This record gives sequence, structure tokens and C-alpha cells, in this order.
Amino acid sequence: MISLNINGKLVKVEAEADTPLLWVLRDELGMAGTKYGCGAALCGACTIHVDGQPTRACVMPVSAAVGKKLGTIEAVGATPVGQRVQRAWAEIDVPQCGYCQSGQIMAAVALLRAIPKPSDKDIDQAMSGNLCRCGTYPRIRAAIHKAAGQS
Amino acid sequence: MMRSLAAMLLVGLCALGQAQAAGNRGRDDGALFEPIASVVMSPRCLNCHQAEAPHQKDMGVLHAQQVVRGKDGHGSAVLQCAACHQATNTAQGKVPGAPNWHLAPLSMRWQGLDKKAVCEQMRDPARNGNRKTGAQVIEHMKTDPLVLWAWSPGADRTIPPMSHEQFVQMLEMWAAAGMPCPG
Repeated sequence: MISLNINGKLVKVEAEADTPLLWVLRDELGMAGTKYGCGAALCGACTIHVDGQPTRACVMPVSAAVGKKLGTIEAVGATPVGQRVQRAWAEIDVPQCGYCQSGQIMAAVALLRAIPKPSDKDIDQAMSGNLCRCGTYPRIRAAIHKAAGQS
Repeated sequence: MMRSLAAMLLVGLCALGQAQAAGNRGRDDGALFEPIASVVMSPRCLNCHQAEAPHQKDMGVLHAQQVVRGKDGHGSAVLQCAACHQATNTAQGKVPGAPNWHLAPLSMRWQGLDKKAVCEQMRDPARNGNRKTGAQVIEHMKTDPLVLWAWSPGADRTIPPMSHEQFVQMLEMWAAAGMPCPG
């Protein structure tokens, strides 16, 4: 039995130590907001927060998550920065197909917590690991600026 | 590969013999660094001894995702090496990992250096993490998990051209001779 701190709650799961955390979230706990994209940390669709840092859940063994504070898309709207990002995303109508967007939002929230008024360069260096095959990058950039109050 | 390995070992042993025959000439015999250069200038080492951004793959291309050094060699503020690189290789070895995955400090960058310059950097306390003795200089290469990872890099990545045990032997010979560099 493995204990995890997810969105401020302790949960216990049955899983092998090397099971990817993403599998535990989606299949064991039914938290399907975090997406499976490539399975190799190349696309960013599975981005969650681990002690505040964006992390690819698809390559993180569940055993490595023990003792860490995990945050997922399901709870990101409970924080002021998360709410601002969600509002900006809706106002600018960022998503097209939407598949990558939970990962994009998790990366954007972490960015705004670390750098409240990010430059375009800050955005590039924070978001370049999150791919969007619909090419919504200009709207993602605009929404981050808007959430930062600099639109 | 075995033939080239044997040749390198021979070069190293001959060089040591010459150094001893010359009455411990100290830094005169750069041939002792040749087998070390063959390891430290392999992509597993060079790719992270870079200036502004890590490189990847055997051809040493810039790391995808616009990964950068950041303020402490661990990536940008919120795109850190540990976002993807775990303490072990993951995704069936496709994503490499070792504890504390990060770029070598800026002072220890080898980008654009030839083997003579790499050798001189390694023995210069101002550019090697203030390591003053030969034993201190080679300690990182003997024990650091990031270095040891080079011999179990996962997937189909190439490994350095000799075993780690042989590499340590070469390092100790080089350190004992006073860390000579190629001329």
C-alpha cells in the first residue's frame, strides 16, 4: 500500500513501486483530468505539480511521489492563480481540441506562481515542453499575459 | 571496439611507463589523458558539460523543448530537469535518469573545447569546482551517480569506449603522474 498526498488529501493506493504516477491517477483513482499523450515526457499532456514544480506524471514512478505534495488539474481552480488562469483561458477561448490544455494550464499556473509578471522569454522557457498540435500557442501566450494582468 | 579499447589501454600503459622512466616527469606526458579524453568527450558526458543548454543524443543536438541551463544548472524556473528526468531511467529506458539530474556548472563547460583544453580545465581549481589534488579531481568521475549513469544510459544510447573500472584505472594513472595534458 502506497500513501500519496494529492490535492491536499492523503490517499492510499495498491500499485507496484515502478508504476507511472499517471496510471495511478487515471486508472486507480479515476482522476482522468490529467491526460496521457506520449508516455515518454515529450509532450507535456500529463503535467501535474510535484511540490509546486510541473512534472510529467507519465514517467514518474509512483514510489518517487511518496512524501511529495501532488497537485492535479482537478484542484487547480481552488487557488487564486488557478482561478485567474481558468478565467483567462475561458475569456480568450484558448483550447481547440483541448487535449493538451490541462497540462498547459498546470504549466501556466506554476509559471505565474514563480514569476507573476512573465516576459515572453519566461513563457517560452516555461511552456516549451507542453506541445499543442492544434497550434494554440498564440492564445496560450495571450492568456498567460492576461492572467498576469498585463494584457 | 575491443581493438580500439586495447589500443587505448596500451597507449595509457606505455605513457605511464615513459613517465616513470623519465623519473616522474610530471606534466610532460599528455598521452596519459588520451584514454580519459575518449570517455569524457563521449556524448554521455559532453551533452551536459554545455554552456547555456544541454545537448542530447549521440550526435549532440540541442535538447528538445528549448531546455535551458537556468540559474543553477537545473533548468528554467518551472521547466526543471526533474520535470522529466527521474532518479532512474524510465519509460523503458527512453527517458534517462539519475539522482539530481542537472548540467555541469558553467565553469566546467566543455562546449567548444578540444581535449587539451578539457584536460587543462579539469586540473584548474578555478574551473573544476576548486578541486586541488589529483584525487579530488578524479573523485567525481569515480563515484558521481551522474557519471556512473553513462555506463547504463538506457535505450540504445552508446556507452563510453571502456568500462568504468578501466576508466578509473586510467584516471588514477593520470592523477599519479601529475595530471599531464596533451601538448
